[in-house]
Amino acid sequence: MFIQLEVTLFILLIAASIVALQVRDLLAAVASLSVFSFVAASLVIAMGAVDVGFTEAVVGAGISAVLFMVALYHTPRRSED
Amino acid sequence: MIQPSNSLIVAVVSRTMIPYLQVFALYVIFHGHYGPGGGFQGGAMVAASLILSRMALGGERAEVQFRSAWGSPLGAIGALLFAAVGLVAVFFGGEYLNYAYLPLPLDDPALLRSYGILFIEIGVAIALTGTLVAIFDDLVEGHEDYD
Repeated sequence: MFIQLEVTLFILLIAASIVALQVRDLLAAVASLSVFSFVAASLVIAMGAVDVGFTEAVVGAGISAVLFMVALYHTPRRSED
Repeated sequence: MIQPSNSLIVAVVSRTMIPYLQVFALYVIFHGHYGPGGGFQGGAMVAASLILSRMALGGERAEVQFRSAWGSPLGAIGALLFAAVGLVAVFFGGEYLNYAYLPLPLDDPALLRSYGILFIEIGVAIALTGTLVAIFDDLVEGHEDYD
């Protein structure tokens, strides 16, 4: 695959993970984690493993983000640390 | 029970997307044994579409398509279907999950294996759909103010 595409995806991946760790609003952290998952899936598909990428996109960006959001309703929305 | 979304955009987009999501999920399930995809991904997509209908259209209208009481039984049925296909192969003289011994009216062992794995995929998809929707329903249970 194109090296430019992979470098762009890696930069997006690192940016999304840093945002997910640093942001105080936990809902924004969940959205950023979903972005991380989707970029990771794109990266895996760019490497040629379509099945793994498909699973990552469906489970990571679809189901787990929803479950995190539901779990957020049971906790305060702002992070303390 | 989850309240329906107040936003018109969310309601229209989710109502438009849910049928296409489910048809594509069925394609992924039935295409899984000779292409990317399979029971796990397809079942997770069906569960995602059902959870989307619960979050966007509200619990009352989502119950029409999939009752929350069906979640855990469907998970058990899917796992049992998986185990039953394996045990049928044992009963007809093969190893566990050896699809070549399934009692289907096909002569070619390769065709038998190709169609045998389809039952496994369907079992996995049913189990995954039921379990994921049951997890979501259990998490939101008892909270009146979801919007």
